[in-house]
Amino acid sequence: MSLRSVGIVYRKELTEALRDRRTLISTIIVPLFLFPVLSVGFGALAVSLVGKAKEEVPKVMLRGGNDSPAVVEGLKKLDKIQIVPDTADWKDQIINKEIRAAVEIPAGFQSDVAEQKSDTVKVYNYEGEMKSEFATEKVETYMKEYRDRVVKDRLAAKNLPETVLKPFEVTRENVAPPEKVSGAAFGGIIGYMVILLCMTGAMYPAMDLTAGEKERGTMETILSSPISRMHLVLGKFFLILTAALSTAALSVLSMGLSFNVLGHYTGQAGKGGNETASLVLKLGPKTVLSVFLMALPVAVLFSAVLMTIALFAKTYKEAQSYLTPMTFVVIIPAIAAMLPGVELTPKLSLIPILNVSLLCKELVAGTYHWNYIAIIFASTSVYAAAALFIAIKMFQRESVLFRS
Amino acid sequence: MIEARGLSKRFQDKKRGEIRAVDNVSFTCQPGKIYGLLGANGAGKTTTLRMLATILEPTDGTATICGHDVVEQPEKVRANVGFLSTATALYRRLTAQEFVEYFGRLNGLDEATLKKRVDDIFNRLDMNGFRDRRCDKLSTGMMQKTSIARTLVHDPPIMIFDEPTNGLDIMTARTITSFIRECRNNGKTVIFSTHIMSEVEKLCDTIDIIQSSKLLTENTLAQLRDQHHEQDLEEIFIKVVTPHYTAAEAN
Repeated sequence: MSLRSVGIVYRKELTEALRDRRTLISTIIVPLFLFPVLSVGFGALAVSLVGKAKEEVPKVMLRGGNDSPAVVEGLKKLDKIQIVPDTADWKDQIINKEIRAAVEIPAGFQSDVAEQKSDTVKVYNYEGEMKSEFATEKVETYMKEYRDRVVKDRLAAKNLPETVLKPFEVTRENVAPPEKVSGAAFGGIIGYMVILLCMTGAMYPAMDLTAGEKERGTMETILSSPISRMHLVLGKFFLILTAALSTAALSVLSMGLSFNVLGHYTGQAGKGGNETASLVLKLGPKTVLSVFLMALPVAVLFSAVLMTIALFAKTYKEAQSYLTPMTFVVIIPAIAAMLPGVELTPKLSLIPILNVSLLCKELVAGTYHWNYIAIIFASTSVYAAAALFIAIKMFQRESVLFRS
Repeated sequence: MIEARGLSKRFQDKKRGEIRAVDNVSFTCQPGKIYGLLGANGAGKTTTLRMLATILEPTDGTATICGHDVVEQPEKVRANVGFLSTATALYRRLTAQEFVEYFGRLNGLDEATLKKRVDDIFNRLDMNGFRDRRCDKLSTGMMQKTSIARTLVHDPPIMIFDEPTNGLDIMTARTITSFIRECRNNGKTVIFSTHIMSEVEKLCDTIDIIQSSKLLTENTLAQLRDQHHEQDLEEIFIKVVTPHYTAAEAN
């Protein structure tokens, strides 16, 4: 084992990589600018869209209620809601989003209430459609408040205190510190980002240093030099690993910065309340460091696996068609970890990628389960070592190097 | 010195089954001489030379180069060999000098020796004009010179050329052929493969004709002419090869 030979190969590959526009774009430009711009931009867009939807004055159709003037009057007085008269095609209008909801007040509603008869007020809406939900919410809130007033009046009429109906209150209070709350919400995404970016960062150099070398005809040149194939493959591997890690590091760094900027901006604007506040994610150096330590064996695993697969290809294009499906293999467990309710168990901690995703979620939330950390680091390291071993073996097979 | 003993290479092909690319080939090459490996495309020239350069491992038999076995000590063999073929391309994103230096370092040269060697070679081959130019910006002639510089940087006693002039224009091809001659004059053992008769006539001390994976004859040009009562090498080649060629086609 000669570190010198590995170093010579690594240095040469690094020189070449730094002169290659495609490598620079995929490992530096994209993570530094594109991902933060996209994610922060998307976040900001979502916040502003929700805000706009709330500001819109939705049209709500009033059906019936001719004999209940007080209720109708109250509905019409509601802020940020426009009551429109009844038409026959009200259902279609809701479906076509011409109106956002319809409220149906049964005949004789007010007199029924006065006579203490039970009635049902129906609110028709477009389920899952945000603006319709807002309109429905407003109408419902008004009707519930109206009901509460009726109850209050009835109790007062019988000289009963309000506590008859509400003997006690149930409230909830968050005791988890804010960074844990945002960690639980965003930890999944951070792990997902780091894992995905380790993959995308490794992908281009993995193809360039194997299939690309075959395609450009330099494979035979390098194989005729005295360097052993193991040293050659290790030198290449370390360059791919460097690309994977720097892609992940740069993107997390720039994501952190953009979140801070965004948080600052929304904080200054002073509006939006809770939903924008939760966008602010505080990543301490300790969290970043631990996420990266866990990402290390994953990056080794990706670099070795991608290099091995790309080595089979004769051309860059062929390598691309082998590696693109790999993205899905990585994305699926990473997304699975983001699903609510999926938490670390001893079994899950042995599944590569999924385990690190889940652990990152915990780490970002500031929870350190040392036994899980040990199991996951060890198991991923074993997978990574196996992948690297296979890569070295493949580099010694003529049928792979000179596939025709 | 190169000594090949029963060198054989078989490949597995999914459609055609086992393919004998090189079958039991033995020969010896002495220092200060040029050996020409003559054969049609697919005759087994490239595979033979790749085995000598340890890029491929023989299935049977072996060869020693400067006393090192190609199977047992491939790294030592490669340190004694300069290998050049039309397939040995340059690293496009390195400059000519960086490229040559890279191979010097891989050959274990220390920085002082490397600098002296590189300066010497660049002067000798008149390469200083494009020293710092990237390899993808070089003309074909410049590329060939850079490749030659690579094979020379560790000053190997054995030179292996696999169809080195294939696809090159006359001027560039001449650079190569005069370089091959120079190698011999410096006492190196030279073996090269080609299917161009005129090159063989001009350069080779010994001609090895290879066809259908087998070494058919090994002789000097004068001996071949005597044996076959023929002056023209092309005619001699056809005479030697034809019976085996049809046999191969029938297979």
